[in-house]
Amino acid sequence: MIRLLVEGDARPATAGWALVAAGIGAALALGWVLPRWLTFVVTQGLAKGLAVMGVVLLMRAGLVSFGQGLYYAGGAYAVGFAARLVGLREATGHAALGVAAGVLLGALVGVVVARYRSIFFAMLTLAFSMVLYGVLIKAYTVTGGSDGMPIPLPTLLGLPVPADRAGAIVYDVTIGCVALAVYVIARYLASPLGFLMRAIRDNEVRVQYLGGSVRRAIYRTYVLAAGLAALGGVLGAFNVGHIDPDLAYWTTSGEFVFVTLIGGLEGVGAPLGGAVAYELVKSYAFKYAPYAWEMVVGIAMLVIIFLFPEGVWVSLARRRRRTSP
Amino acid sequence: MSTLTIIGVDGVVFAAWLFLISVGLTLIYGVLRILNIAHGSLYALGAYTGATLLLAYFRHDLWPLGSLAVLPLAALLVGVTAGPLIERGLLQRMYGRDEILQLLTTYALFLILEDVMKLVWGTSPYYAYRPYGLLGQVSLGGVVYPGYSFLLVGIAALTGAALWAFVNRSRFGRLVVAVIHDPEISVAMGVNLPRVYVVTFSLGAALAALGGAYTAPMIAIVPGIGVEVIVVAFAVVVVGGLGSLEGAALGALIVGVVRSAAVHLLPTLELFTIYLVMAGVLLLRPYGLLAGERVRRL
Amino acid sequence: MSAAPLLEIENLTLRFGQVEAAAGESLVLMPGEFVGIIGPNGAGKTTLLNLITGYLRPESGSIRFQGRPIVGLPPEVITGLGIGRSFQVPQLFASLPVLENVLIALATPCGGDRDAWTPMVTPARERTARALLGQFGLQEWTERPAAELPEGGRKLLDVALAAALRPKLLLLDEPTSGVSAEDKYPLMDTLVAVLEREGVTTAFVEHDMDVVRRYARRVVVLSEGRIIADGPPARVLDDGRGRGFLGG
Repeated sequence: MIRLLVEGDARPATAGWALVAAGIGAALALGWVLPRWLTFVVTQGLAKGLAVMGVVLLMRAGLVSFGQGLYYAGGAYAVGFAARLVGLREATGHAALGVAAGVLLGALVGVVVARYRSIFFAMLTLAFSMVLYGVLIKAYTVTGGSDGMPIPLPTLLGLPVPADRAGAIVYDVTIGCVALAVYVIARYLASPLGFLMRAIRDNEVRVQYLGGSVRRAIYRTYVLAAGLAALGGVLGAFNVGHIDPDLAYWTTSGEFVFVTLIGGLEGVGAPLGGAVAYELVKSYAFKYAPYAWEMVVGIAMLVIIFLFPEGVWVSLARRRRRTSP
Repeated sequence: MSTLTIIGVDGVVFAAWLFLISVGLTLIYGVLRILNIAHGSLYALGAYTGATLLLAYFRHDLWPLGSLAVLPLAALLVGVTAGPLIERGLLQRMYGRDEILQLLTTYALFLILEDVMKLVWGTSPYYAYRPYGLLGQVSLGGVVYPGYSFLLVGIAALTGAALWAFVNRSRFGRLVVAVIHDPEISVAMGVNLPRVYVVTFSLGAALAALGGAYTAPMIAIVPGIGVEVIVVAFAVVVVGGLGSLEGAALGALIVGVVRSAAVHLLPTLELFTIYLVMAGVLLLRPYGLLAGERVRRL
Repeated sequence: MSAAPLLEIENLTLRFGQVEAAAGESLVLMPGEFVGIIGPNGAGKTTLLNLITGYLRPESGSIRFQGRPIVGLPPEVITGLGIGRSFQVPQLFASLPVLENVLIALATPCGGDRDAWTPMVTPARERTARALLGQFGLQEWTERPAAELPEGGRKLLDVALAAALRPKLLLLDEPTSGVSAEDKYPLMDTLVAVLEREGVTTAFVEHDMDVVRRYARRVVVLSEGRIIADGPPARVLDDGRGRGFLGG
């Protein structure tokens, strides 16, 4: 499992399940020990990290999604609506509903975008997320418009969450969800579809001539990415206690892309860790220079692009992958 | 005036605006083969610059209608400063590299420019309504329209005609067409490619800014107006075909009329019409109506 | 021996503007054949392969594979039916290790574009992949990226990827082009050995007449979208029309 985090190589031979369980246990315990602000930031980072993982999975095939915010917001607003309209409070219910909403949205949008590559794919994903943003702003009677909606404290497995413990509990729920998501991603990366995405980036024609439908592969990965982002949105919603249309704004999606660039396309640890690091840095920087943050991100992106003359993912995806045990 | 005519007039007015905000994007793609995501920022720059110049103009006791001449000046300013700076300083280093990297580069530029504008102009809205009011109202067949709308139509037509003349009649325009068709052969025939690129990009930037400048008297100028434009401009340009100037006009017209029809007949759909048109066109012609054939060689 | 035809092509036509890439081609391939397809540049040889494999759609005519009409089906479906193909320029996954190229070839046909759960690299699959690479003489290259292979190796890998699918019909597009003269016969020997052992019906496009004369058991001559000769190599190549295409 450690190898998975570092190298993205998830073959069963290297799974040290005891080690994994211990790791998760330690992470869970940390939530009760660390200061509240830190668990908040880490939770936020991990939630966004799930959306970043979706961007990573698509970028492995050479596709940049500038619109994962669509699903991040979709999951968050599913929570908001379920809480307000149906009175749903149970966290596990929200998570399942959020993921379902993301998957459904992704299945619809994916029908359109999976036919395209490169510029078209990127701009279409951007357009779709901005459409949702517009809808969330305009339909203010239902969505609260630009003010957004508050998210009430959830219950966990039926038990109410005391307000003073909420931070640690949301953190723990996040750790649990992320662990589950990492498992799913691990199986994906080791599966034929996971390998096929890399092949698609290299040579779509050959994939077709091996009997593989490129569009189907991209579509399935896109739906998975949507579900991951939506789950992230749910966790973020609980963490902040409030949601607003900015979750679907292009800069949110831009953050996911940026973290993908710094974390790279190999493994799971780097994107998640990168997302947490990003949130840490952002929470400081934003306090001092709120109108320069996007600029800093943009400049950092340019620096990364120029430091890797052979192409970002050729360098980032240093394939030390060994295929023999 | 019949509903149909009203839809038509509204459609043309909106199409004029769409053309102005889109033609720069398609020009840059056609020649440089880069989709400039920062196009929206250049539009916004044009709006802010236009507003600033307008406000400065009106501080002096000058002929009010003369303020309209200030707007193309704003576009020119943006074109000759931001244009070469961006093309020489940034894009030039990205030619020939992976398309995705070029996309990420212009995206990063977008992020940077949005904050630059916040730092320079702040986040409070700018208003520069006076030119809009100056043109009063025009009555057409019993329906009252703002005079400014027809100015927009005129500017769009003028811009379109000027571009057509530039591309088809001028020497430099012919170089541009040659580069659009085949950059490699153009170089072999002695065309100074870097110069074509920087001039074209600056022209595209100026066009984006022109759209922004002429929009300035109609809106509250705030951070974020750029992103709506890049998405809309992309849709318009895609309908007509990426890289085609006629396509931009065609796309603008189609989207303008359809949206106008929606506004009058099915108002709830208004927000989505542009995307519905885009989706519809893409289903029939995956690369737009007037886009060239892309045949894959095996 | 009245076996059913494997591939039946009838009256294929296709125009690209003024050019008739296919002008009424008809051809029948029986199981087990080893056929060479020759003709001058622009005769439509690659177009024929593109038409059979679904990359291009004919304007008229029919193609039946094992009795089943396949016009209009996309390449991924036709590949699944049992037609494999190699290319003039080898189509490989250049940045991936050679072994991974073959593993993907083995995994993709069985729902590789759908399966996001079961492990791709199984011991059985890896054994098969290594054995296949061994048959093609590429066992030294398993860990290296496909981009590092020399031209001959890339050609072999291209065919290996097609062969991994255990096709019933294999179409090779200029398997020896770009390969140095002294490597051509060894390369073809390797290919023929594997293909004969597996009983794969093969049709290969070729410009090198010596290769055709030596390996093909039947020769089909294409010119301007038409098949103008079809028969044993000795007859076709030594009759006037065949000789005119020496060197393509």
